[in-house]
Amino acid sequence: MTKVENAQRYVGAPQPAPAKKDGPFFVMFWRSAVGKKWIMAVTGIMLIGFVFAHMLGNLKIFLSADAIDHYAEWLRTIGYPILPKTGVLWILRAGLLGAVVLHIWAAASLTRMNRAARPNGYKSPREYVAADFAARTMRWTGIILTLFIIFHLLDLTWGQTGVKDFKSGDVYNNIVNSFTRVPVAIAYIVANIAIGIHLYHGAWSMFQSLGINSPRFNPWRRGFAIGLASIIAIGNISIPLLVVTKVVK
Amino acid sequence: MKLTLKIWRQDGPTAEGRFETYDMPAVVPDMSFLEMIDVLNERLISEESEPIAFDHDCREGICGSCSMMINGIPHGPERGTATCQLHMRKFKDGEHITVEPWRARSFPIIKDLAVDRSPLDRIIEAGGYISAPTGAARDANEILIPKEAADAAMDAAACIGCGACVAACPNGAAQLFTAAKYGHLSLLPQGQPERWTRAIGMVDEMERWFGSCTNFGECETACPKEISIDFIALLNRDYIKAQFKNRRLSGQKS
Ligand code: FES
Repeated sequence: MTKVENAQRYVGAPQPAPAKKDGPFFVMFWRSAVGKKWIMAVTGIMLIGFVFAHMLGNLKIFLSADAIDHYAEWLRTIGYPILPKTGVLWILRAGLLGAVVLHIWAAASLTRMNRAARPNGYKSPREYVAADFAARTMRWTGIILTLFIIFHLLDLTWGQTGVKDFKSGDVYNNIVNSFTRVPVAIAYIVANIAIGIHLYHGAWSMFQSLGINSPRFNPWRRGFAIGLASIIAIGNISIPLLVVTKVVK
Repeated sequence: MKLTLKIWRQDGPTAEGRFETYDMPAVVPDMSFLEMIDVLNERLISEESEPIAFDHDCREGICGSCSMMINGIPHGPERGTATCQLHMRKFKDGEHITVEPWRARSFPIIKDLAVDRSPLDRIIEAGGYISAPTGAARDANEILIPKEAADAAMDAAACIGCGACVAACPNGAAQLFTAAKYGHLSLLPQGQPERWTRAIGMVDEMERWFGSCTNFGECETACPKEISIDFIALLNRDYIKAQFKNRRLSGQKS
């Protein structure tokens, strides 16, 4: 079948973007928006897995100072002695960093593509029927989360935000000393609300991007997203909330 | 009924556009939206001004020509109908109605409310076909198809190619259109030989013209045929699968 190229029929006739250049399959995959969405879903799952485990681990703060400090120490020694200390930890960190970079890179590139798809917008107000608040604010909750991750690392990993008596490894005291500062506690709470909103759309949307769709379990996809988003948000928020209200000290 | 219409007027693809307001003192509630514009156009012609250009053909919701953004929703607020099937009784007396053309980079305005939707045809050319034997017609029931599969393919085949999905999508994506056209062929046995080339061909072509799907779901609510975004998941899945298929083995059953 010969392809009819879109000849210039009139001034302003639409022209397509150039066809994708050939390359190795993973590059071709990355060059397609459907492929990028797939990568966003897969990296999203990795990040959800991390956030969930991170939350579970941190809830140990409610058991005792020893429990969470031990847990933190255990993270450094997984796989020891077959691997050097913190070996597994660094592999996990590298994986996470890779996932974050790909997730944001794909999002930025798709945003550019989507803006270009409608350079001249509607001149009268749009009436959205299905696109909910969470879906429409993915970019903004994403940006809030990126900024929050940087702050969180500066705060509790590197101790650069003036946490009183900050000592690497002294997890319990570092957390309590950080979260007793009211503005910091509020920042953590707001960021975790943003995580909840981001996941409300993301944890549903990933099924579509991965092509997981069947009448049998479709009704469960939204429930899964709501459940996951609220467990993570509530679990994480409970820590700064109970510290700042002096329940945990 | 008395209505006030605010309609986008634009003299040509590169001209500046503007809204113009028209009072409609006597709209019959049983008119369709297009018939109401016909009445307005007759008046404009008798006043020796330019009538409003808009696309239409079948006026029974099967051709996909009519395309209007009515009060911020493609084909208006009524679900599951095209503009030509939208009746004025769905509006309130005295209402103000704003009408705009579809807007997307690849749907340039030709004049007023008429836009060029030919990029959708480019997507079809890239894979929206099957190869069929010529010669004597085959027996219609020769190939058995499970009822559910036939129904699903039929749901997808309901797409009339109006472009409301593109118009509704905040990203200006044509994913629902492409998914419907892809689904209606790829769910049936007759569509299997080209299945993987179709998935890659149509998606790659689509992405040269339109935005990407971020699963807002607006398209499904705007679609006059209420085609489900389930087909988008099917398209995504098959596009990914197609990347890994060894097509030389695709003649084997399992
Ligand atoms: S005029 Fe044919 S679908 Fe509306």
